[in-house]
Order: sequence, then structure tokens, then C-alpha cells
Amino acid sequence: MVQFKLPKNSTVRVGKTWPKPEGASNVRKFQIYRWNPDDGENPRVDSYFVNMDECGPMILDALIKIKNEIDPTLTFRRSCREGICGSCAMNIDGINTLACIYGMDEIKGDVKIYPLPHMPVVKDLIPDLTHFYAQHASIMPWLETKTNRPAKEWKQSIEDRKKLDGLYECVMCASCSTSCPSYWWNGDRYLGPAALLHAYRWLIDSRDEATGERLDNLEDPFKLYRCHTIMNCAKTCPKGLNPAKAIASIKKMMVERHL
Amino acid sequence: MQFLTDRKRAVGKGSSGSGTEHFWGQAISALGLLALMPLFALTFGHALGMSYDEAIAYYQRPFPAIIAAMTIVTAMVHFRHGIQVVIEDYSRGVTKKVLVVVCTAISYTIIATALYGLGRIAF
Repeated sequence: MVQFKLPKNSTVRVGKTWPKPEGASNVRKFQIYRWNPDDGENPRVDSYFVNMDECGPMILDALIKIKNEIDPTLTFRRSCREGICGSCAMNIDGINTLACIYGMDEIKGDVKIYPLPHMPVVKDLIPDLTHFYAQHASIMPWLETKTNRPAKEWKQSIEDRKKLDGLYECVMCASCSTSCPSYWWNGDRYLGPAALLHAYRWLIDSRDEATGERLDNLEDPFKLYRCHTIMNCAKTCPKGLNPAKAIASIKKMMVERHL
Repeated sequence: MQFLTDRKRAVGKGSSGSGTEHFWGQAISALGLLALMPLFALTFGHALGMSYDEAIAYYQRPFPAIIAAMTIVTAMVHFRHGIQVVIEDYSRGVTKKVLVVVCTAISYTIIATALYGLGRIAF
């Protein structure tokens, strides 16, 4: 349900300001959300100063530099460093995106980094995506067939394969779902843009034989129809995908089934 | 504390098996209002400034009366669909159920009252 105020124990406070690097002329300020579940204190925003002459161009480069050289307790997820694994999704300068492919030159002034919005926080910049992944699993993100398996492979025409473009590229970073107000307010029941984009990816796969069951599973006022076409998902997707279009296509399939 | 698995929480009570009719009904009523609202504005606007007897005589004619009836019915059906979504977004539990019932009752009461009034004028 809608919440306009943070609970008292989630109110963000001003944190520690770390010293500036000595002798550096090209310095940039980073304001980063910190929260440790073990100290029992409220979240805070720490300020760090990074020497940009000795730092890579991406936000993740700065985060790694801060962790390596300034504050080893700063906690965040990262893996591939090239926008493929989706691990380093966070809210940077008010936009949910991947730290590894978001350039510092895209931000004016101080760099503000928070975890993905409206998710439980595990620590610092790490959100708890357990429910998000369980919702993804619930849409059966795999090929479902009833026909006996062919001797060699399930064939697919070039035209049918093209229908999966713009869908299969999703890396499940959760940037879209956590930018969606409908998901914020009803994330317990609404599947969210990411899971629905994946649902559509399997709905239009020409090899899949569970289309009816998949649509039955989505026939619900909350699972699918909480999408109010706000379009934050399409705007924020770091891979340039359009989950809102996929959701609209699912709704169209639902209506076609009724008429 | 509940020892539920993540999958159990995500699936909840499963799909309700409805939702498309609500979505389609709202889309259809929106399209209907797109056509009806200009006609209603024209006919209702024409009646503005008339004397009581002239207005009664005007709404005894089929076109203004049918346009008014269709606009009110379509608008209230659209309102009922829309307000239910808003209530579901912004409230929970008993409050949600009560508000949905109240708003549904209000919309049907307005339909009934309007149709009764138009019927009395026409006949």
C-alpha cells in the first residue's frame, strides 16, 4: 500500500565526511547511502572525495576505488563490469541503473548513490531481491513443451526468433521493477515489469506450448493489471528495453482470448 | 512469524481468473465517453439558459435525452471501474472492501437516479 513517510528507523541521517585525498586537484564528491543491520542505527549518507585523475570513467570504478582506498566497509554487489550480469543495479543521481555502464560524465555536481528504491536493504547498497526472484520463478521462465522432444532440436523460424529481440536481453537487474510506483505500493501481488517482460518473452516464443497456462496464471487484477502505464520502467532500463510495451502486449493477448 | 518459502509468498493465493473484463470494460467505456462527451456538451450546453418549460420540452426530444442517458451510464460505469483500481492501490483490508462497495453503490445510485429523472421528463 502507499506509504508517503519512511518508518522512524529508516529515516536517513547525515553521516561521516571522509577526508579529501591529499594533493589532488580534480576531486569529486560522492554521497553514498550506508546502513549496517548489525549496529542498530538509522541509515546515513556518507560523503567521500575521489581523485578523478586516478579513477576510471564509470560509477562502479569510483565505488571500487572508494572500497579499496578509502572505506573497505562500503558494501555493494558487482561482477561482470560490462552491463551483462545486472549485479550492480543501484539508484544513481535519482535514476535506477547499472553502476558499471553509467558514466560519471553523465552527472553534474555531486554523485548521489542509493540502493534500489522501496526494497528491503541487506546492507549499504545491496537490496534484498528474494521476492523479486521468486516472482520471476513463478512465471515459469523456461520452455514448456508437451510434444515429444524432437530428435535434434526445437526449430524456430528467423521471423519467430526476431520476436524475442528486445525481450531476451533483460539481465534481471530489477531497475525497472524498483522504479515502478505500482510495484512499490503492491509489490507483494503485482509481478512488476521485469517478471512480466520475461512472461511475455515466453508467451510469444513459437516453441512454447504452455501459452494458455501462462495467460491463465497472469489473469489477475494484481499480477498483471496493476500496470498503469506509468512508463518509468522503459525510461530507466539500463539495457534500453521496454517492459511497458511487453505488458501492453500481454494485455492485448488477454483481450484477444476473450473476444 | 510465518515460515513461508519465497515461492509461496510470491504465488500467494494464485490467480483470481479475472481482470481482463475489468480492463476491457474500462477501455470500452473510455472510448464511449470520447464520442459521447462532445455530444453531451453540445446538447446540455444548448439547454443552458432555457426556461424550465423549454428545457423540459428539449429533453422530451429523443436525441438529447438518449445522449444524456448514455453519457451518464457510461461515465458511471467508467467511474466504477477506475475508482476501484484507485481504492485497491491506496487502501487495504476492510477499508478497501467497504470503499469498493460504497463507490459501486454510489455509481449505480447515480445511474438509477439519472435514468428515473430522464424517464419522468420524457414520459
